[in-house]
Amino acid sequence: MSGATDIAVVGFAQTPAVRKARESEVQLLVPTVTQALERAGLDRREVGFTCAGSCDYLTGGPFAFVSNLEAAGAWPPISESHVEMDGAWALYEAWVRLQHGDIDTALVFGSGKSSPSKPDELWAQQLDPYYLAPLGVDPGSLAGIQARALLDAGKATERDFAEVVVRNRSNAKGNPNAQVAGDFSVDELLRAPYLRAPLRRHDFPPISDGAVAVVLARGDKARALCERPTWIRGIDHRIEVHQPGMRDLTTSSSTTLAARKAGYDGGPLDVVELSSTFSPQEIILRDALGLADDANVNPSGGALAANPVMATGLVRVVEVAQRITEGSAGRGLAHATGGQVMQHNLVCLMEGE
Amino acid sequence: MAEQCAVVGVGQTHHKKKRADVSIPGLLREAATRALEDAECTWADIDAVVIGKAPDAFEGIVQPELFLADALGGAGKPMLRVHTAGSVGGSTFIVGSHLIESGIHERVLAVAWEKQSEGNAQWGLAGGRGRGIGAGGAFAPWIRAYIEKTGAPEYIGWQVAVKDRLNALKNPYAHLRLPDITIETVKESQMLWDPLRFLESCPSSDGACAVVLTNEANGRRAAKPAAWVAATAVRSELGVFPGRDPVRPQAGVECAHDVYEQAGVSVPRQEIDVAELYVPFSWYEPMWLEGHDIAGPGEGWKMVESGDTEITGSFPVNPSGGVLSSNPIGASGMLRFAEAALQVRGLAGEHQVDGARTALAQAYGGGAQYFAMGILRSQPA
Repeated sequence: MSGATDIAVVGFAQTPAVRKARESEVQLLVPTVTQALERAGLDRREVGFTCAGSCDYLTGGPFAFVSNLEAAGAWPPISESHVEMDGAWALYEAWVRLQHGDIDTALVFGSGKSSPSKPDELWAQQLDPYYLAPLGVDPGSLAGIQARALLDAGKATERDFAEVVVRNRSNAKGNPNAQVAGDFSVDELLRAPYLRAPLRRHDFPPISDGAVAVVLARGDKARALCERPTWIRGIDHRIEVHQPGMRDLTTSSSTTLAARKAGYDGGPLDVVELSSTFSPQEIILRDALGLADDANVNPSGGALAANPVMATGLVRVVEVAQRITEGSAGRGLAHATGGQVMQHNLVCLMEGE
Repeated sequence: MAEQCAVVGVGQTHHKKKRADVSIPGLLREAATRALEDAECTWADIDAVVIGKAPDAFEGIVQPELFLADALGGAGKPMLRVHTAGSVGGSTFIVGSHLIESGIHERVLAVAWEKQSEGNAQWGLAGGRGRGIGAGGAFAPWIRAYIEKTGAPEYIGWQVAVKDRLNALKNPYAHLRLPDITIETVKESQMLWDPLRFLESCPSSDGACAVVLTNEANGRRAAKPAAWVAATAVRSELGVFPGRDPVRPQAGVECAHDVYEQAGVSVPRQEIDVAELYVPFSWYEPMWLEGHDIAGPGEGWKMVESGDTEITGSFPVNPSGGVLSSNPIGASGMLRFAEAALQVRGLAGEHQVDGARTALAQAYGGGAQYFAMGILRSQPA
């Protein structure tokens, strides 16, 4: 949905993604939020609305998100909300709130520490508790089924998967926040054993801890705070049915729909950041968005290089905004995903002045 | 703000200790279907779904909205999942209203729920640790501080417990049905967390609540009267720090004043006809009357004592029976908004407050640190 009001990203910060952070989730967030506000030149007290995205289950404690309030500096009391979703959806809620016109700024953050949990066991509990969760099927297995469907449909080969990995890891070399980076050859990767056939270890995202924060501002306030604001031209998200058997896993109809609703017209994009956490998903998303073969996809290395769950999607927004703010891109698209095999997808279209 | 938000559909389940007759999706559909029927619309008319519940650990499902998308007609639509502790039902309503007020969507379904019988909420409330003292254990010291500060007599808590349970007898959806409850039975019930006795505490319920929200044009042409959202606000504060007043949390004070100001209410006690406040333990009724500046300092318990907060009183509180009678945790906050809407629509049935035109809805959560409030009216602005 494209907004009636001009809203822009005017500040942002992220932690490096690491396998196991020594800090607690709130300790990761405090300096990140501070840095994003400093970058926007905004005092905490001036923030009109705050929205956070996180997942209690990662920390293993109900109400885990409550401690994250400290990062928002919630004293005196603040106008604040929380989504049990990736921070990209917190950005969406803040964008909606800014449409009201009574406030000019919003703070958004997303955070996740996967290191204390066993992701395979944890995310299996994200499935229908009556019919799917008892099967204990983990995200990698479902992604494997999706990859197999892609191969069977003739839409990709295992070599294509490996090529996605090689490109993302190579891109990640320029990203100080990436966890996995380097030069690899496709043939070398294809010699690795299967982890969840037809997927190999490198087709999986790393297990990461990390946090990200974004400052949004409206209209003139955005121009006052930032020399080159990154305007959100449209943002939308759509969900699909949950039962994987009822979906065509080789496509992402919700991404296509969200992109259309966000106002993406298929025009040229200088940068695209996709939350493709398994390598075949980049192929599916490129197709769903109708991207050109030479599109600049995941210059950061994407989710295959760093996957701080609950922050990964909002990091994509930051990676696009950073390039627009610095002037190396004029127009970009960020994508976030939620649920197993990309059940829920968000698209955010951004531009410089 | 581009649009005024109207509540045109309200639905809730029959709340019970254990709704073994339905699955979680079945529970939500029961509430959502009633809301759609009330709004005289269908699943296809809904543009977006907002869903709220308390911690996922209560039922042991990570982000359950993902699997609930199927039952709630979510496919192809935006779906947001809100989680702001006990205030979440109120926050979910408010997030839904923002989607209308911003002009982004025409019709939004907001649903909040909890199926406590499919998990262990007491374990969850203890932060997943075994040494939990329960919510009552957390709140009891602050209740004692309120009593100490105001000199309120001990029977005030018993009085609230009786009033809300007798109100619940007028609400066909309420969980607890205690027709024989008296001050004596409350007084004689087991002490749980001094000064809270068993009958002064909320039950554990399975239940869901849903509302259909729409824009001004649809609200005006709705077959049944709509409730109009005159104001909404949320506030959060840190739970523990030196100098914090947990009896009268500043977040609650500021949240209340925000909605009063938005709705042009200068004397809440006179200008609000009925209030649905989140009262999980009896003493929170006088505490919120003071904490939201409806009553002056030390005056809240006197409103209870004099019967002002009864259905026929000058400031009725929780005519539905409130959280003390039904507590599907995630839904409890939305039920406050839904009941407030029913009151100003004149559709509250046996627990209708005569002539209710302006209603206050409030939900709180965490260590009395999250607040979601709204004012609903019978007429658009």
